Amino acid sequence: MILVSTVKRILSQLRHDPRTIAMIIVVPTLLITLMYFMYEGQPRVFDRIALTMLGVFPFIVMFLITSIAMLRERTTGTLERLFTTPVGKLDLLFGYGIAFGLAATAQAAVAAGFAYWALDMTTAGGIGLVILIAVANAVLGVALGLLCSAFARTEFQAVQFMPLVVAPQLLLCGLFVPRDDMAGWLQAISNVLPMSYSVEALTEVGMHAEPTGIMWRDLTVVVGAIVVALVLGAATLRRRTA
Amino acid sequence: METAIEVRDLVVQRGARTVLDGFSCAIPRGTVTGLLGPSGSGKTTLMRAIVGVQIIASGTVTVLGHPAGSTPLRSRIGYLTQAPSVYADLTVAENARYFASLYRLDAAAADAAVDAVGLTAARGQLVANLSGGQRSRASLACAIVSRPEVLILDEPTVGQDPVLRDELWDHFRRLAADGTTVLVSSHVMDEANRCDRLLLIRGGALIADDTPAAVKRAAGTDDLDQAFLTLIRRQEEVATA
Repeated sequence: MILVSTVKRILSQLRHDPRTIAMIIVVPTLLITLMYFMYEGQPRVFDRIALTMLGVFPFIVMFLITSIAMLRERTTGTLERLFTTPVGKLDLLFGYGIAFGLAATAQAAVAAGFAYWALDMTTAGGIGLVILIAVANAVLGVALGLLCSAFARTEFQAVQFMPLVVAPQLLLCGLFVPRDDMAGWLQAISNVLPMSYSVEALTEVGMHAEPTGIMWRDLTVVVGAIVVALVLGAATLRRRTA
Repeated sequence: METAIEVRDLVVQRGARTVLDGFSCAIPRGTVTGLLGPSGSGKTTLMRAIVGVQIIASGTVTVLGHPAGSTPLRSRIGYLTQAPSVYADLTVAENARYFASLYRLDAAAADAAVDAVGLTAARGQLVANLSGGQRSRASLACAIVSRPEVLILDEPTVGQDPVLRDELWDHFRRLAADGTTVLVSSHVMDEANRCDRLLLIRGGALIADDTPAAVKRAAGTDDLDQAFLTLIRRQEEVATA
């Protein structure tokens, strides 16, 4: 199976890079701890913000890692060589999606576990749903990273895509200003940004003990956005280049 | 002799520049063909067209009877890019095993390829920690791992130790003896003498397509460097006359 060996190959690359693994696992936990102390004495506020961040961090990290990894495949010539072999575009796209999705699962599990048990974060719903939504968000980051790497020629440019893709989603997802309080046109933009849905889904888990219809709908929207980004990403992978 | 690679009226444009302008050649099966020419003459572009990753403006490239780059060829062709295209953050063995897996081959095939390029001792090392010559051989191992019928090698011997270079050429000769069609680009003329046929290319045009002996005879010299120069001058005289 070419897909399985591609997943293994990407995970082996990660394994040879312990510093990156440490960053993936530790950084979100550290930042959430920082928030814990920022909002000391306001557990309600901390609960809300930490819960949102559990969805946002995996998205940012996986977006960055994937766009750089894919750009490297393009610039070092490995992508060109792969396209002379029986490898399929989907083997590559899903290979990255699955490999980094697994890394994101570890990241989300550690960060969420720490937030619940060490920092007393409380949600009405269970930790399993929080991790599920966080991983969906991470895979969304992978899919958008794959897509954006096609528009960057250098790693300098690839990094610049982060503020462009991440910042608007973070600002308009309802964390800073509730979406209902935004001007109509801002709400309209917020409505087409996938992170608005993952944040809303996490908020639903925070408020309700059982998974709600809104949560499942939001999660479906995120999965839909992943599929669209992967299809667009596949279109940017060309066997022949100029 | 049966033709393995046939290029007919190939035109390739890169940006505003026409790199190959109506290029035609035929490469017989089971031979080592040297592709010689200065930097920028179109060697890499021709090789990319043969492996099917180059957008072409017009003309046809046929490999083993199939259009270049078509699906049935992908398991029958091996390509070594000029810059080593292996994963720097994997070991030599891991790289070879990954490329082997793309052809549904096992670790034994991968290890055999690593041995064939003389990297047995370095197999557990990360490619990032290898010397330039070793890195290039790691990349070569991934190109030969599937024992392809057609092997396209873009400057495989650059930066290699003379003894290793000799061993690599012996290896190419053995592959050709077993029926593999090998196309090797180089700008080292002493390597050209080890080829069955030579394609001399300059400015995207074919200057000579013959055996090394015939090329030297045509130019009236025993030195390939000199022969190349004579043929270019002769062609320029024709062009200006």
